[in-house]
Amino acid sequence: MKLNSLRLSVLLLAVWLIAYAVLPLAVNVLVYKLLSLEEGTRLTSSLYFFLYEAPKVLLLMVIVVFGVGIVRSYFSPEKTRKVLENKPLLLGNVLASALGIVTPFCSCSAVPLFIGFVEAGIPLGVTFSFLTAAPMINEIAVVLLFGLFGWRVALLYVSMGLAIAILAGYVINKLNVERYVEDWVYAIRSKPQNSREEVLTLNARVEFGFTQVREIVSKVWVYLLVGIAVGAGIHGYVPENFMAGLMGKSAWWAVPVSVLIGVPLYSNAAGIIPVVHALLEKGASLGTTLAFMMSVIGLSLPETIILRKVLKLPLIFIFVGVVGTGIMLVGYLFNAIM
Amino acid sequence: MVIKVLGSGCTNCKTLEKRALEAVVSVHVTATVEKVTDIRAIAAYGILRTPGLVIDEEVVSSGSVPTVDAIKGLIVSHAAKGTS
Repeated sequence: MKLNSLRLSVLLLAVWLIAYAVLPLAVNVLVYKLLSLEEGTRLTSSLYFFLYEAPKVLLLMVIVVFGVGIVRSYFSPEKTRKVLENKPLLLGNVLASALGIVTPFCSCSAVPLFIGFVEAGIPLGVTFSFLTAAPMINEIAVVLLFGLFGWRVALLYVSMGLAIAILAGYVINKLNVERYVEDWVYAIRSKPQNSREEVLTLNARVEFGFTQVREIVSKVWVYLLVGIAVGAGIHGYVPENFMAGLMGKSAWWAVPVSVLIGVPLYSNAAGIIPVVHALLEKGASLGTTLAFMMSVIGLSLPETIILRKVLKLPLIFIFVGVVGTGIMLVGYLFNAIM
Repeated sequence: MVIKVLGSGCTNCKTLEKRALEAVVSVHVTATVEKVTDIRAIAAYGILRTPGLVIDEEVVSSGSVPTVDAIKGLIVSHAAKGTS
């Protein structure tokens, strides 16, 4: 009997569950029995963190990327564009932000997507809502937050990210920034493409999920291991509460400084979350940490450089400024209420 | 037959170009493979995702890197359409 992708996925799911279940025990045995390391030392604590978190986060990532891959096979930028055409402003911002989460999108395609949206007559603010939500509310970020901190933090992250994307797009639209788009963008008249949306079978969608896992995991595992290694170092060697003064609630300047540091830093969600985990553990406040994380994965230097091809410099600054302000507000809000 | 690879130089675009060349060699058609990196030219094809694959000015795929076999299939079906 030939295994099709659907059957294979059920089999692999069982293997996954067993691996996830025995992981804590396996790491315990490895660290304390096989390597017979002394409990409580800095080295042991760092090593334990690494050996436990690395496979755990990898396992979580594989299952999430697979699941999201299947969900994404139902969406495409072309369909999203059709939904957003002729929608009134605020509704357009809400839809664009929500679709930004599920539409398959890579920031390397930001420019053709931007041009395609402009050509379809979608307001700039709506397009910016999409471009803000798509990288920031990243499935990997959400599920890793869920895995490491629980559903409350994950839900907070998603709802705050959506709020920022909706409001940033709305504000940008009110600023009448059309003149800051490169003029040639408006002149583009593309050839109409015959859209052949093929209907996929479930088996094909599962295959798409596998492809996504191969592509994404092979791309991000390095970031992930480096992120976890940094996290492990912080976990073992940085004293308890060290971050309380620097990134705690009492330091009012911590939020803007975190955002300023976060914007030029470039990492994907998989790499930044272990660092976030370790920061929180050492006394950094949730608001400041979330602001840091959002600015690292939501606003990235490479993406703004790519967008410079279609946007004049003032609009780049407006975009980064408006989204950055939103992120700071979220940071202060969380520090105030948590 | 003119095959164009649309993309501004990301890794996916380079992979697609390589696969397109491979496909052309193995299906024995006379075809040239060109790279289009100018963003205006790319946008004119109306694709929302790169990389894009164009055969004789018709966009046959965008946003993904088809396998060599899939590209061969696209070339063959396009050639069949042209002659019929």
